[in-house]
Formats: sequence, structure tokens, C-alpha cells
Amino acid sequence: MDLLEYQGKQLFARHGLRVSSGEAVTTVKDAVRAADEVGYPVVVKAQVLIGGRGKAGGVKLAANAEEVREHATNILGMDIRGHTVRTLWIEHASDIASEYYASVLLDRSAKQPLVMFSVEGGVDIEEVAERAPEKLIRHHIDPLAGLSREEAVKIATDGGADGDVVEGVADALLALYEVWLAEDATLAEINPLIVTPAREVKALDAKVSLDGNALYRHPENQELSDSENEDPIERRAKEEGVQYVKLDGDIGILGNGAGLVMSTLDVVAQAGGSPANFLDAGGGSDAEKIKQAVRLILANDAVKAVLFNIFGGITRCDEVAKGLIAAFADIGEDGRSVPFVVRLDGTNDVQGRELLQQAALPNVYTARTMNEAAEKVVALAREQGVGARA
Amino acid sequence: MAILVDEHTRLAVAGITGREGSFHTLNNRAYGTNVVGGVTPGKGGQDVEGIPVFDSWAQAMLEVQPNTAMIFVPPRFAADSILEAAAAGVQLVIAITEGIPAHDELRVYNILKRDHPMTRLIGPNCPGILSPGKANVGIIPASFFEQGNVGVVSRSGTLTYQIGNEIAQAGFGCSTIVGIGGDPVPGSSFVDVLELFQSDAQTELIVLSGEIGGSAEEEAAEYISAHVSKPVVAYIAGFTAPAGKQMGHAGAIISGTAGTAAAKAQALEAKGVRVGRTPTEVAQIAVQILGGAPITTG
Repeated sequence: MDLLEYQGKQLFARHGLRVSSGEAVTTVKDAVRAADEVGYPVVVKAQVLIGGRGKAGGVKLAANAEEVREHATNILGMDIRGHTVRTLWIEHASDIASEYYASVLLDRSAKQPLVMFSVEGGVDIEEVAERAPEKLIRHHIDPLAGLSREEAVKIATDGGADGDVVEGVADALLALYEVWLAEDATLAEINPLIVTPAREVKALDAKVSLDGNALYRHPENQELSDSENEDPIERRAKEEGVQYVKLDGDIGILGNGAGLVMSTLDVVAQAGGSPANFLDAGGGSDAEKIKQAVRLILANDAVKAVLFNIFGGITRCDEVAKGLIAAFADIGEDGRSVPFVVRLDGTNDVQGRELLQQAALPNVYTARTMNEAAEKVVALAREQGVGARA
Repeated sequence: MAILVDEHTRLAVAGITGREGSFHTLNNRAYGTNVVGGVTPGKGGQDVEGIPVFDSWAQAMLEVQPNTAMIFVPPRFAADSILEAAAAGVQLVIAITEGIPAHDELRVYNILKRDHPMTRLIGPNCPGILSPGKANVGIIPASFFEQGNVGVVSRSGTLTYQIGNEIAQAGFGCSTIVGIGGDPVPGSSFVDVLELFQSDAQTELIVLSGEIGGSAEEEAAEYISAHVSKPVVAYIAGFTAPAGKQMGHAGAIISGTAGTAAAKAQALEAKGVRVGRTPTEVAQIAVQILGGAPITTG
């Protein structure tokens, strides 16, 4: 679960990392009021879960209320690479002497936390890693021991932090590690970590990802997701406990098991189609869950045809068939006629196919293999497309 | 031969008294797996259809000497159960539980490495291990697999059934199917299992089924080129997955430019591993290498 900058900064502050005072607002009026409160000059920052905000014009300096009004008006509602700006963070502008970089992340390969630090902050860190790898300090931590003050000082020193702020940088690294550990984060990144002319070390930005599996330990963090900017169908799916990811195409996909669904998306793409979603109905889905999943898929108006790819293990194919038949009763009511291609294999597949045959649902086609199913659904989506234009 | 689970397996199950736990334990026993006990704190002295239940792993070890543990308890108790089984001296722990926090997995991995280096963890969030004709530990539907000479290692459950079933339909079987799970910090990686297959006499060909996220497939590619003489056929799922979106599995997410399916396929192909573009093609390549009759595309 990725956090917006201001949410990340709130977590930072909770663990003693220094951040500028500010306020999150959603209207121009509140932006001006917040700016008056934090004191000019202020920075008006778009809150979206995507990089490159500055280049897109989503971060502006304002010296007075008039400028805040102008920038807030422009930035609210702005589209930044597919993300609509609904929230602004108004913070007091900081004087900057140096821009550093710091992060703590879970290194899946080493199976240890990794602390990274560089004095070349404020730019894309991947670029620094490529151009001047020696300027990006990478230090693995023994997760059973944690990050010691001694290690933090060494990281700051090795990275070339100015001598008079080594202690301040070490403090920031220790606090950042604490954020990562205590909040069950998979990533906690500050870019830039600034040094002010008064030699304060401060987080000017925050990028934090929390582990969704650990949210039960952090009830206070459960509200932090960017639900306003979430796709409405994805939000509904999350509430219903269904693994659904919206994609750009027109072929709805349902399968059981994350790997098989990913594979189904690929096979459909190879057949020339474009998937509209990822939906993992999970293991042991019953008819009710299938019915619910069909509703989610069809909630996306772009869907022209749907592919069910089931390999029954724990999931029983007859339950899937029952769910589809029940879902069709609903579909009949709202009048959408979208063709379905169904491939059932594995546990109780014969019974499942028999149920479908008996139900004789209009517009439901069966296929025996994954490849055949993909080709069929792509062809059907194309026909629908032609029909819609005619 | 086969690897990890076989006729010598003595299985005990944490969470045996739960609905899923008892269902799959009994399935495993019906398959022929030697199930010697279960562990549920507070339920010691009971039994599940004749399988004795113990309060702790230490007690289970004392009474029935399991050499394999299966973990079926809810996420918040799973880490402790894994460590308790290891501390009791169980050498193979198979964790089926899905949804364990990544920090818990990290802690478990590092504690096992430091304090219990003899214990191997498979999973969590995995379907388990099946050696057809010998033993089944977990939730893999055994009926789709035949006994044979193909070793399968996979991050995904259902996808494994799909590939295994196609291999079986072409008349071939499997030595062992190992699901290593789809989480960010699995107890065992592709490399660990490849090593076992390489030294297993029954296994003649290895199928590796990977997916987006992390760098386990890239590491496998390096390992294969240096240490694996048996043919390896790979499959990677997630070519169409967009960056930054988690595709079901907690570990299946492309971050930045790392972890894409294309990069993984390239890394494997660069080391001479043949990569099938569909599960069907993977089975076809495997069968071709094994010298079977060519099967038609379908």
C-alpha cells in the first residue's frame, strides 16, 4: 500500500524525523487558509502516487495568497500521468543548502533490509546508481540486530555527508529505519533529505509503502490508502475481498490463482486481445463469490467479452458453473449482453460443463484449452466492437 | 528418489484442528502420506480421525518424531509456529498459510539461518510439495500428476497444475512438484530447489515456473548456467502486468524497471534455458526434449 507524501511525512514525524509543518487540503480556499497559517513562502504540492510531479507542473512555490490561489486552482484536478490531483499539501518552503537521498527497503534478493544513502539527492536515484554508483552507499542490515548508531554514522560518513551534519544524517537514518520497522513498511524513502543553511537535516519528500498483510497490527494506518484516487471498481473489489486490478483493454478475465490469471492475461494478449482486468477468484471459490466477481468485471463498461479460465484444484468447476448461471440471472435484468468464453478443467470439470450445457445460457461458449479459449474470446470481442460501431 | 517428500516422510500439521487444516491433512493421508500427528495449542490429547493432536511442537517431537511440518495456522500465528517446529528439530517445514507480514517472513528467514540452519522452509503462501506415488504434503490436487522424471518448481499453484496436467496428458510424469510460494521472502528459492533436482536421480528434466517481481528467476538463470547439467524449461507469467500494480501474490509486483517478465525471460534465455511463451508450449518443449511424440497445439 503506497502512501501519499503527506501521509508518509505524518509517519516520519511520529518517529522523530524532522519535516516541515504543513497541511493537506482539497480546495483552493483551504489552500489559501493553510498557507496563511504555515507562513509564506509556501510550496503547493500535488499529492499523487506517481513520480515526476515537479516536471508536470504539480509543485509550485508561492510567495503570497494570490500565488497560492493561482497555483492551487491550476494543480487541483490536474492529470499527472493518469492520476488526478485531488489533494494538495501546503508546506512552509525550506531554504536548502544541500540535497541528499536516504532510503530503507526490503531487499528481497539478500533477504535483509537495505539502507541506501547518497549526497546526490533531489534527482532520480536510479540515474545516480547508474551514472555514479560509488556515490550511492548500500548497506545491508542484520534484521535481528537492527541498525546501530555506529552503522548509521558510518553510512553518513562513507556517503560523504558534510562533517557538521553527519550526526544529523545518522539521526535521520535511525528514524527512517524505525519508520520502516515499526510501521511494517516495505519501503521508506526520502528524496531529497535536505540540509538547511541553519544545518538542520529534514525530509522534504516522503515515499512510503506499507505491507497490506501487516495492517492488522496498525489499525491507525488502515485509513491511509489513497482511496479517493483509487479506481472505483478496484475499491469495491477491495471492500469485497476480491483480488482485482483494472487494466486498459476490453476483455474481462476471471481465473483462479494469481499465476494462472497472469498467464491468462498473457495468452489473451498473445492472441491479439487486450485484457480489461486481472481477477483472481482465489482457491475454493463458491458460486456466490463467482457471481460477485462477474458483477465486478461487468462494472467496467469497456468490457466487450469475458474469459473464464479455471483450473480446478481446491476450486470446484461445478461451483464455478453454478456461480456463472446465477450471475446470468442478474445480467438479464440490467440488459448487458456480453459474450462469455468458459474453460473449465480440473476438479469436477465434467459436472461443471454439464451444468453449463443444461442451462443453455445465451452467449456462453466453452473451450477445452487455454489457448483455444483465448482465441475465441478475442474473436468475440472484435465482433462486439464492430457491432457497437455499426 | 524424488526430493523433499517421499515414503520416509513423517508429517505433523500445525492447525490440524481447523477446517482447512483437517480437510487437507486427511487428503494427504488418503494419498498415502504418513501423517503422524498434529499441533494445536490447548487441544493436546484430542485426535483428528485417529491422528493424535499435541499442544506443542516439542511434545509432538517427543511422542511421534515428525521429520516434516506443515503449517496451516492463520497468518498472525504462522511465524511462531514455523520457528517452534524448527526449534523442536523438524528439518522440513512447509508453510501453506497466505498473508503473513513480510517483516515476519524476514525475521523467520534470518532466525532459521542463524539458529536452525538444518531446517529447510518451503513457502509460505505455497501449495506444498507432491512426489507422485510417494507423498503429498499440502493442497496440490494429486490426481492431475503422474509419477515420472520431470521436476517442477513454481511460485504459483494453479499454474503448476496447468503445466503438470499438460505434461501428464502427453504421457509424462513428475518426480516432485515443489511450490515455493508467491511471497516477497520465501524460505526457499528456485536455486535451493534446482540444487536438489540436479542431484536427484529420478529427475531428468526441470520445469521452472516463475512470475513478475523480485529477482529469483534471474538468480536461477545464473545458477543454472554454473551448476545445472539437466535440461531446464522455464515459463514466466506476467508479460502484460503494468508496473506498480500487485498481481494477486504479494511478491508479484514490478517496481521501477526491475522484475519484469521480459527481463526474466531474457536472463534465462541468455543462459541457454528454453522459455515457453504459454503453459502449453512449456509442456511441448519438455516433451520434445524428453523424446516423446510431438503433441498438437491446442
